[in-house]
Amino acid sequence: MINFQSVSKVYPDGTPAVEDLTIEIPTGKITVFVGPSGCGKTTSLRMINRMIEPTGGVVLIDGQDTRSIDAPTLRRGIGYVIQNAGLFPHRTVLDNIATVPVLQGQSRRAARAAAGDLLARVGLDSAMGSRYPAQLSGGQQQRVGVARALAADPPVMLMDEPFSAVDPVVRAQLQDEFIRLQSELGKTIVFVTHDIDEAVKLGDQIAVFAVGGRLAQFARPADVLSRPSDDFVADFVGRDRGYRALSFVVSEDLPVHDEPTLTLGQAVPAGAGSAAEGIGDAHGQWLLVVDEQHQPRGWLDCLRVPQGHRVSVNDLVLGGSLAGPDASLRTALDAALSSPSGRGVAVDGDSKVIGTVAARDVLAAIEQSRGAGGDQPPPQAEPAESADPFRKAGAAT
Amino acid sequence: MNWAWLDRNTDQIVSWLIAHFWLALIPTVVGLLLALPIGALAHRYRWSYATLITLAGLLYTVPSLALFVVLPAILGTRILDPLNVIVALTLYTLALLVRVVADALDSVPPLVVQSASAMGYRPLKSLINVQLPLAIPVIGAGLRVAAVSNVSLVSVAALLGIPQLGQLFTVGFQLDFATPIIAGIVLCLLLAALFDVAIQLIVRFSTPWQRVVKSR
Repeated sequence: MINFQSVSKVYPDGTPAVEDLTIEIPTGKITVFVGPSGCGKTTSLRMINRMIEPTGGVVLIDGQDTRSIDAPTLRRGIGYVIQNAGLFPHRTVLDNIATVPVLQGQSRRAARAAAGDLLARVGLDSAMGSRYPAQLSGGQQQRVGVARALAADPPVMLMDEPFSAVDPVVRAQLQDEFIRLQSELGKTIVFVTHDIDEAVKLGDQIAVFAVGGRLAQFARPADVLSRPSDDFVADFVGRDRGYRALSFVVSEDLPVHDEPTLTLGQAVPAGAGSAAEGIGDAHGQWLLVVDEQHQPRGWLDCLRVPQGHRVSVNDLVLGGSLAGPDASLRTALDAALSSPSGRGVAVDGDSKVIGTVAARDVLAAIEQSRGAGGDQPPPQAEPAESADPFRKAGAAT
Repeated sequence: MNWAWLDRNTDQIVSWLIAHFWLALIPTVVGLLLALPIGALAHRYRWSYATLITLAGLLYTVPSLALFVVLPAILGTRILDPLNVIVALTLYTLALLVRVVADALDSVPPLVVQSASAMGYRPLKSLINVQLPLAIPVIGAGLRVAAVSNVSLVSVAALLGIPQLGQLFTVGFQLDFATPIIAGIVLCLLLAALFDVAIQLIVRFSTPWQRVVKSR
């Protein structure tokens, strides 16, 4: 557990960076510091490992005042992932990862061997070990940065906008893997970001900082979205917060409609695309195409291919997102809205198609959940009533 | 070109060449070793930067001949002692390299330095193991200038009669004879090229990470 007790930081020129911050960061959870630039979130993070010394108050780690520990020694016991990875350009990937164990007195040989194992853990090929950082992509560098922070197996990890420098696709990937990694490791993580979506996705708890270093709200992501503590937080989480809040409502009881499918390589059936004959209007213009494993590959526009045509991947319009088991209402709605047919593809745990979900059913479910919870938004709805098919979800899927 | 004269004086010329080599090499190396800590100070403490760089600049403007003449009085050496030349050129190298080292350390990305600190490096260890290796390319570039300039400055000491390649120029002027002068120029150029290439090779082999980036 990390405790900030009335911590403040005023720079020598009189600029206040953090103002009387008192916060308790729970062990084994991800706590996200989020806020606009200049809100003191990075300053607060750096006061944990004493890269910045507070001008008032104390920071305790498991009850121990951090000032009582020699700063470099303290830092070696706390993983740190810096913006843009901050790797040492003159060291190979393995030597970068081995940094802290070597500083702690481990032999270079043993530290390198352990670093090799960590590479696999963060999803990198062992061949990467002998490369230099400049030879890696931005996403790969971030993975090395995470591996380096994990190398000494510290109980606490500080992450300073670790995924902000990579493109959105890679960022989403890194975030997903980070969640998976954390579910295995259970570290106490403090994560700084200016991106509220990232905060909501990763955080078990979110601390929203306002300009001037004031802690505006400290709560679960669902609560920050549904019950912002003040205008600043409401403004910061943005216009889509109602929609984002759907991320925390699981769609397990949504009706799944049967969907006719066509397997890749099969001929387009007679009458496809016209509601009058053959398959009927259940699919209309769009036919869902699956592969041998019954996993969805895309949608076929029946009006654009002749009858009897053997369908190949090239004919397909790629579908939108998929609604998996335990998908949130947000995912289900997005699956329906992003599908060219307007029907969201629902899949099971093995990514096999089980049918489709309709936007109107998702909307009905939203209405229902609001009704069941009275005037409370979905995350606060009590799941006790039989009318309420949803359960609370603590974190984004 | 009088090849016969060169042939007759080969032994003398080679001994001058060797002397010249050492008189240029020792100040380059010692000057660098002194510039590293002083440059690091200028880099670490902003307030000292202006002072140290100004002092170094002033030192560099002292004429070399004057320094060669004044140093014996300060060091208590004889006027013909090669030590005078070594000390003078060390001072010039130092003057040149203090700024180079400070700027080279400044050029290391701040994120990398912060990262080293966040990993738990102590300042001195971070300087030696992280910042200095990354500063090698810039320091190397400055060192090339210093080394080549040392090769040429050594010849000035010929006016004092200290044996090195500069003697070829004095001999040539005294005898009004071009061969030794041409030989002196060529050998000085070769020696300078040797230093230059050697430094480039050392930089290249001590910075393998730079090569992979270029060859990518």
